[in-house]
Amino acid sequence: MKILIANGRIVDPASGRDEPGDLAVADGRIVSLGRVPAGFEPDRRLDARGCVVAPGLVDLAARLREPGHEHEGMLESELGAAAAGGVTSLVCPPDTDPPLDEPGLVEMLKFRARKLSRARLFPLGALTRGLAGEVLTEMAELTEAGCIGFSQADAAVRDTLVLQRALQYAATWGYTVWLRPQDAWLGNGVAASGAVATRLGLSGVPVAAETIALHTVFELVRATGARVHLCRLSSAAGVALLRAAKAEGLPVTADVSINSLHLTDVDIGYFDSAMRLAPPLRQQRDRDALRAGLADGTIDALVSDHTPVAADAKQLPFAEAEPGATGLELLLGLALTWGEAAGLPLHAALAAVTSRPVSVLGPALGSLASSAGRLVEGGVADVCVFDPAARWAVRPEALVSQGKHTPFAFETSGVELPGLVRATLVAGVPAYEAR
Amino acid sequence: MRNPQLNRHGELIHLLSIEGLPRDVVTHILDTAGTFLSVSEREVKKVPLLRGKSVFNLFFENSTRTRTTFEIAAKRLSADVINLDIARSSTAKGESLLDTIANLSAMHADMFVVRHAESGAPYLIARHVAPHVHVVNAGDGRHAHPTQGLLDMYTIRHYKRDFTNLTVAIVGDIVHSRVARSDIHALATLGVPEIRAVGPRTLVPGDLREMGVRVCHDMAEGVRGADVVIMLRLQNERMSGAMLPSAGEFFKTYGLTPDKLALAKPDAIVMHPGPINRGVEIDSSVADGSHSVILPQVTFGIAVRMAVMSIIAGNEA
Repeated sequence: MKILIANGRIVDPASGRDEPGDLAVADGRIVSLGRVPAGFEPDRRLDARGCVVAPGLVDLAARLREPGHEHEGMLESELGAAAAGGVTSLVCPPDTDPPLDEPGLVEMLKFRARKLSRARLFPLGALTRGLAGEVLTEMAELTEAGCIGFSQADAAVRDTLVLQRALQYAATWGYTVWLRPQDAWLGNGVAASGAVATRLGLSGVPVAAETIALHTVFELVRATGARVHLCRLSSAAGVALLRAAKAEGLPVTADVSINSLHLTDVDIGYFDSAMRLAPPLRQQRDRDALRAGLADGTIDALVSDHTPVAADAKQLPFAEAEPGATGLELLLGLALTWGEAAGLPLHAALAAVTSRPVSVLGPALGSLASSAGRLVEGGVADVCVFDPAARWAVRPEALVSQGKHTPFAFETSGVELPGLVRATLVAGVPAYEAR
Repeated sequence: MRNPQLNRHGELIHLLSIEGLPRDVVTHILDTAGTFLSVSEREVKKVPLLRGKSVFNLFFENSTRTRTTFEIAAKRLSADVINLDIARSSTAKGESLLDTIANLSAMHADMFVVRHAESGAPYLIARHVAPHVHVVNAGDGRHAHPTQGLLDMYTIRHYKRDFTNLTVAIVGDIVHSRVARSDIHALATLGVPEIRAVGPRTLVPGDLREMGVRVCHDMAEGVRGADVVIMLRLQNERMSGAMLPSAGEFFKTYGLTPDKLALAKPDAIVMHPGPINRGVEIDSSVADGSHSVILPQVTFGIAVRMAVMSIIAGNEA
């Protein structure tokens, strides 16, 4: 199939390119950027006048809920949500039911995702069997089945000896271990420790839950040489520790969620369960440090932390409500909102959700590593076309995702997001087109 | 974000927390309670303010005493009272909180008095009831116990008249106490210049300063010169483990004994939300002594709950 995306503003974060032009696609690859080659006869022509033509977004954290939680999300609905949000590649954590600890489960998931041909799916395998933190999984087998790294999702490895061995074993084969830095015991609360949690009588998660886990991880990285990606930093102190670890040269990367980047615990208001999130929302100074850390590159990527939650699981008292929010369709808008507030050029804001997350994935992407998250002639045609001037209100019932809970719903937040997705191409085929 | 317990005119439609209530609303409740106090002393202890209304006591967490005081208050207002021991009925069968509320609403409830183990549960209920239905928080998790806070204020006003020159010490397990939080908000709203939170660091964390209290880890410093000493009940599950080593050590360090009470003002009053643990947080001679106003608190509690129910029932959402 040949497609011509005509008259757009081509923005490639990796190269800093930002200029008007046409983008030609044939057989899943970008044929040309800027000028259309002579004799190119497109089967389809997309008019991108007034729109930005950017690489498809790469989301390092999106739960699809399959297998096991199909009442909250299905592969079809959630990959559809990804395409509607301009996301063309996503990494899913292994906390499904059963967890992704068997090669067969991973192969099935990859197979089903391929058949849907929406977004590319990169599963993380479970680091330990059943995510129980006791027995290592068959990492080589899981990698062969398609896992791009290993993770405990939100379940901490309580036993430090097991964690050390997991890192040693992963380092043997050069696999990246994805860890959410949160101490299992101190992390037991439902809101960030501080004035809001104290006032509302909610059990707190102190900053030390994050910093103690980070110190542990960094010590084990020093000892084992394992490459670690830190998921969902939440605190100013955590950002400072990460900055120091990177300055030291430790092989670590990190991400932050759209929720922690834009919200604070004050947004909990009168026990709003849409704000029940993991990690919990922290204070203004933490949010400021996360924003600065993402801008200066200390934090590598912005992620949606997409977690569809069933309505019943949110209509509960705050502490009992299931943590999580829908996010795939909000990632672009919230990245652009952050970029505008930080005074960044468009390509820099987009880099946090395209080229920079691809750098985190690195060689695990295989042949895609050189062109995913970028616009390169000859590279894969994963493309997002969006109108940067259009502002839209988040209306949960209109979202493609089965998850309808979001802190950014217009009705409660009053916020409109910039960047309306017009079309998404995955491997040169339209996966989404706005009506 | 509008305070969900007030209507557009700033009138009280639910009582969920004392936080955010204007001072005149609090004062109005206390004044109204004063007029109801005489009702309880009459031969016929009833007024017809809630005649024909149905008050549902929804206790998701057991508390015979609080439930009884609400029941008495509602009955003295001539309401029909229905007690539901939820802890042993529908939720045990897996019914969700909001389904329970929807079912009871279909039985034409006019008011829900809610006790729940989770902070914020009454807010969830208040968001989902019909506009004419009122919700009274009878204690939610660690968050609030506003009628207890109000009856404590009534008691203090009864004995001390003026709030603006008082020193009030709240002693014990502040971090887990909904009573302490409601007292702190109420005292601050009424202009008490010095509110002290007294206890060990495990039970009185430094974060509490952000609620405008002076944090004291030394009992002598905490009660010295106090006009009011509020002792909190120490829950059994806190008495051993990582919060406190033992009830005995707690009594030795923070229990209110005659010696420690002697550091307070000579006319200090001693309060306790009950039920008391003699020999754990308070010595028997203090609990039964001349400074103690623990039993008058109970009497005032009925009048305060009558005031709250009659006021919110008269306001439209």
